[in-house]
Amino acid sequence: MSPALFGLVLAGGASTRMQRDKATLQYHGKSQLEWAFDLLSEVCAATFVSVRPEQRDEPLRARFPQIVDRQPGAGPIAGISAALQEHPRAAWLVVACDLPFLTSHVLQHLIAHRDPQRIATAYRSAHDGLPEPLCAIWEPSAREAVLAHLAAGKQCPRKLLIASEARLLDLPDPRALDNINTVEEFGAASTALGAGANDQAPSSNAGKEADESSSAAAPSRDQRPVKTVRVQYFAILREQAGCSEETLDTAAGTPAELYEELRSRHPFKLAPTQLKVALNSEFSDWRANLRHGDTIVFIPPVAGG
Amino acid sequence: MKAFSFSKTALAPATYRAPLEDSAAGGYASFEGWVRNHNEGRTVKRLEYEAFEALAEKEGERIVAEAIRRFDVLRAACVHRIGSLEIGDLAVWVGVSSRHRAEAFAACRYIIDEVKHRLPIWKKEHYEDGDSGWVNCERCGQGGSG
Repeated sequence: MSPALFGLVLAGGASTRMQRDKATLQYHGKSQLEWAFDLLSEVCAATFVSVRPEQRDEPLRARFPQIVDRQPGAGPIAGISAALQEHPRAAWLVVACDLPFLTSHVLQHLIAHRDPQRIATAYRSAHDGLPEPLCAIWEPSAREAVLAHLAAGKQCPRKLLIASEARLLDLPDPRALDNINTVEEFGAASTALGAGANDQAPSSNAGKEADESSSAAAPSRDQRPVKTVRVQYFAILREQAGCSEETLDTAAGTPAELYEELRSRHPFKLAPTQLKVALNSEFSDWRANLRHGDTIVFIPPVAGG
Repeated sequence: MKAFSFSKTALAPATYRAPLEDSAAGGYASFEGWVRNHNEGRTVKRLEYEAFEALAEKEGERIVAEAIRRFDVLRAACVHRIGSLEIGDLAVWVGVSSRHRAEAFAACRYIIDEVKHRLPIWKKEHYEDGDSGWVNCERCGQGGSG
């Protein structure tokens, strides 16, 4: 019989690129920490939140059963290691808190195909085919390997899974483990998951005005100032638009609104979730404010190299 | 030589290698991406690379700078081909010089992986049967969760 399965939400990261604690972000009407905790609680016998020692008393984290890092500074593997030591007979379903596209189905699929004979069961990344350690089941037998890895000065849990021949599964949904590290990615994920997340969005760029376009008080489309913008098209969008660029007058306030408008004029099949946005030749946010004279590029899935 | 650049003509690794030479270097690692004759079960005859160059050049420079900082290597560079390519042509070249070999391999791997994921570069494959398609774009038209 397989060892009991406990859940662990990893929420100890520094969130440096987001410049805001990723555990507090909201995509589903509650904090991402709470959401991931609830998701795990559905399928695990007991669920815990992994924290660094100094995070124990943070209001959000203090509400949950915690496992405190014993080797802070080592990154996510410190959380996994602490859990395996705290409850050495349990297996751990470990999930990072920055995976807003994760679903119960993806967790159930992992559990259904779990191989307790290996030290871990994990998904193959849809991006590079390598194991995804932060949505994986770590068996009790992983404890020695994790401790040895740390003792050797190594911290990458992915390398450990590669070296120890973890059981690897293909993702039932290739986007399920897309993680969110930047304000731009947060904006795109919020758009993809629906409007519910907008109110909790961090401001997209210091210096730009707050994004008011999504609030209920915003003026209706007809009353908004019309601006002239240039849109450049590449690859499949260039072919579908039938041109490599166009200049147009629009009342759209954001790239998200502009793309919807363009979809009514061109046979674009790609959904916004599959695209990124660039504003004046820099990656941008779907909710950035469009200004007169801006150049916008919608970036289809890339395939360099 | 820029840390990241595009070339509209055949890549010439020998000329890219020289600027990476450094008397403190104990080694050099490079990666060449080649155009292969098959993808996902289909026979590929040739392909085209297209790029949003203004953004890709900036992001490419950032990737190389990240690799130098992260792996503490001496020098690194990357050149990506655009335009029409035949089977066997070089699509991308990455080179790294460093004090020791491990960092050179790691930095090289990092650069090519990040280039593939982050740069706005697209590849259109032309197949044996006359069909063609943009890689990663054609079969996801109905996708999107939300």
